[in-house]
Amino acid sequence: MELPTTADPTHLVILAGLIIACGGGAGILFPSRSGQWLSILLTAAGSLLGMTGGVMRLAGVEGTVREFAWSFPMESPLVRIDPLSAFFLIPLFIVAPVAGLFGRGYRPLETDSRRGTLTLFLSLFTGSMVFLLISAHAILFLMMWEIMAISAWFLLTIDSQDPQVRRAGTIYLFATHGGTMALFVMFSLMRGATGTFRFPLPGEMGAEGGGATAILILALVGFGGKAGVMPLHFWLPGAHANAPSHVSAMMSGVMLKMGIYGILRVSGMFSTLPPWFGWLILILGGWSAVSGIALAASQSDLKRLFACSSIENVGIILTGIGIGFIGMSQGDQTLMALGFTGGFIHLLNHALFKPLLFLGSGVIIHGTHTRRIDRLGGLMKSIPWTGGAMLLGSVAISGLPPLNGFIGEFFLYLASFRHAMTSSLPFLLLVAPMLALVGGTAVIAFVKFFGIVFLGSPRRGYDHPHDGGVTMTGPMVILSILMLLVALYPLLVIRGAMPVVAQVGHLSLTGVSSLLSFVPAPLLGWMNLALILVVAGAFFLFRRFIPAGSPRSTTWGCGYLAPSPRMQYTGTSFSQMAVDLFGIVATISRRSPRISLIFPTLEKFGVRTREMVIDSLLVPLFQIAGSGFSWLRRLQHGKLHIYMLYIFVTLFIMMLAWHP
Amino acid sequence: MIDAVIHVILTIFLPPLLLGVITRVKAIFAGRRGAPLLQPYYDILRLMRKGSVFSTTTTWVFRAGPLVTLCSILTASLMIPLGHHPPPISFAGDVILFAYLFGLARFFTTVSALDTGSSFEGMGAAREVTFSALAEPTLFFAVITLARVSHSLSLSEILTFVTPQRWLSVGACMILLTVALFIVLLAENCRIPFDDPTTHLELTMIHEVMVLDHSGPLFGAILYGAAVKLFVLSALFVGVAFPFTTGSPLLDWPLLILKLLVTAIAIGVVESVMARLRLVRVPQLLVGATILSAFALLLILR
Repeated sequence: MELPTTADPTHLVILAGLIIACGGGAGILFPSRSGQWLSILLTAAGSLLGMTGGVMRLAGVEGTVREFAWSFPMESPLVRIDPLSAFFLIPLFIVAPVAGLFGRGYRPLETDSRRGTLTLFLSLFTGSMVFLLISAHAILFLMMWEIMAISAWFLLTIDSQDPQVRRAGTIYLFATHGGTMALFVMFSLMRGATGTFRFPLPGEMGAEGGGATAILILALVGFGGKAGVMPLHFWLPGAHANAPSHVSAMMSGVMLKMGIYGILRVSGMFSTLPPWFGWLILILGGWSAVSGIALAASQSDLKRLFACSSIENVGIILTGIGIGFIGMSQGDQTLMALGFTGGFIHLLNHALFKPLLFLGSGVIIHGTHTRRIDRLGGLMKSIPWTGGAMLLGSVAISGLPPLNGFIGEFFLYLASFRHAMTSSLPFLLLVAPMLALVGGTAVIAFVKFFGIVFLGSPRRGYDHPHDGGVTMTGPMVILSILMLLVALYPLLVIRGAMPVVAQVGHLSLTGVSSLLSFVPAPLLGWMNLALILVVAGAFFLFRRFIPAGSPRSTTWGCGYLAPSPRMQYTGTSFSQMAVDLFGIVATISRRSPRISLIFPTLEKFGVRTREMVIDSLLVPLFQIAGSGFSWLRRLQHGKLHIYMLYIFVTLFIMMLAWHP
Repeated sequence: MIDAVIHVILTIFLPPLLLGVITRVKAIFAGRRGAPLLQPYYDILRLMRKGSVFSTTTTWVFRAGPLVTLCSILTASLMIPLGHHPPPISFAGDVILFAYLFGLARFFTTVSALDTGSSFEGMGAAREVTFSALAEPTLFFAVITLARVSHSLSLSEILTFVTPQRWLSVGACMILLTVALFIVLLAENCRIPFDDPTTHLELTMIHEVMVLDHSGPLFGAILYGAAVKLFVLSALFVGVAFPFTTGSPLLDWPLLILKLLVTAIAIGVVESVMARLRLVRVPQLLVGATILSAFALLLILR
């Protein structure tokens, strides 16, 4: 297929970013139905353009390096698109229009009390991420990073009358600004090392011991916090749970990946990486995966469950990237190719099924006005299309064949087995049982979610949940089709990931291709297709055995005459055994009824998952800091003339110091 | 080609016989005559002829569950080598797909159990997902050990590698693997000491209670699927535990059937002499099996 090589990927992506960012203005200028549709249309058009540019770059079309002649204090900023940027642009341009379309049905602009704020900041959010991915200048990068973070805060706190939302917003703001602070220090160190704010080309920066260590650690802190890596994950569950659902889809599907992009970008600048870097990423990834899914299994709020599962998936992605770096430092190129490919494929897969799950949760919340799993039930009868999509999403996120989640994990398993087979000290063999445990716990979490929310009978009454029409069902169908495409034709994503692996691993494209040639990717696609066909065939066969008019009855309840829906298993009871086993990681605080008098009184029973980092570390830390610095409050007395004296004294001292 | 045909024929027709053998062994231990060896066949065929009653609480997921379970287990059976004969489907990394197909089966079994909206099924589903999550790492440790000694990523080559001479050369490791795989076999197929397939007290069931509400042909599919799962995992077990072959490929088929029957008798003996463990002990036994297989791996690292 002949691609139009006259168009330039860089220009296409810049144009895409500008179109998307302007779409936000449409929401403010025309706060009505047509304004929202205009914004969605602009986002879709921009995404299509940008996707073309990204795919062109991955297919090998070189993009020009554009320089913006702005009067920055240092050199003028550059934008440059390389395979790494192009690969991360793909999920952005898939999820952004889909989430925007969902927002039309979920929060119609004409009935929204915030009048266009959501549309504006959604477009700014997406547009800033586009420019973030292609910027090759530290100041431009940080500007876009801040716009992305602040837009996310505005989107998150859109329902600020709810105190939970405000609390989640505060914790998110604190976390993101702490990370940005680390990024400021890191970019300053980089400027000290290279003399310029422009990003060096991949592989150009020499590693100089202490400076390199500091830069890498700061990158892990700043970007890892944004990605939601343990132990900097504490903002994730609250933020993703309390944001509007399509915003959660964007945040979870795309914003987390910006953190991973940052880690890869900064580490890619070094010509050689220290050997401990890969192991550190692997350990952080493994820890995030195991504790993330254990946390997810213990949640009783469905969006918090998805958010904690995002922590787990980021852990799996980092496991793959860590294996890649370990392979690079040990000189095992096959291991490196397998690890990186697995990480990148899982990244793309996660950007498909996590937004699907969040959009579905939007439909659930829209209809039932509750996020509590234990209050829902039997929704499959009311919202069958959403239920079907959520079933696909749950099967995919558990990494089960025949869907796409399996493909990424397959590569990681292969990497672990290969290391076990060929190395004398195969520490990586522990990755495979860890992934198996994580997969098993993911099945617990998502069977709990799907089974309790959609199946059985409603545990509380609620008003009519309904499938949301084209605007709300369409995005989920689109994402499901993309998931099936990846599952049945995995070579598509593998070929898409190979240029990125080549760039990150300092190999040639043909080199990567030959290293990965032993992986039976087409056969996996055929096996998935065969499984789907066999299941379809079994359905068809059994339709002949089971006549349509089979008698109906009530569920067998051991002869109990008055069964009630409250006798069903709740989500908390379903995961209780597993959560007790994982007690080290996901601590539960139980409030049990106290028996003090002879006759029964009204008592309460509650189960709450504790957020270890927030409750045990950050809140006491802040309280100590608050009480420790309380003496400084004496300076804040409100007397204006003394404040003017402070300013005078400061200026005086500064002038004395400046002019010796 | 002829191997593939015999493989498929055995997979379709042999599994219920294993169930019959287990029941007969338990009956002998109990001093009874027991049901005929072919009773599971009669049961499945009878269920196919019966009608079904569906609960008003259930949806299409309830009907999909047994079908998806059966299909995924049958697909997994195409990848397991029987004896030393190559399976119909074999590729690098098929062990991973093999293990995850069982995960898919478990997902749909538990989800269709939760569809009934009954606390019995919920209880069984909760226990099943927890115990399976603990049994998965054991299987992977065993597979990694075998992959390392055989330098291959494909199930057929891994199990073909296990011959009597090689068994003796890494003897301690293989014994540990045999024990660990036997425990996994019992756990995945819901046998004593993890679950009692003959109990009728819902409070003590795991697998039996998940299928309490199914009837008719779907229940027949469940029974048959459970039999095929036992067959497939027993084939994995005998590949590791009984490495003898006769010289000729043609005689290997009856030898394989004999090995499978011996495994079924062993399961029957274990079921007759042990009681089901208390539920709090089950995770401990599973983690113990994981540690055993990790030890097996340690032994071959040097």
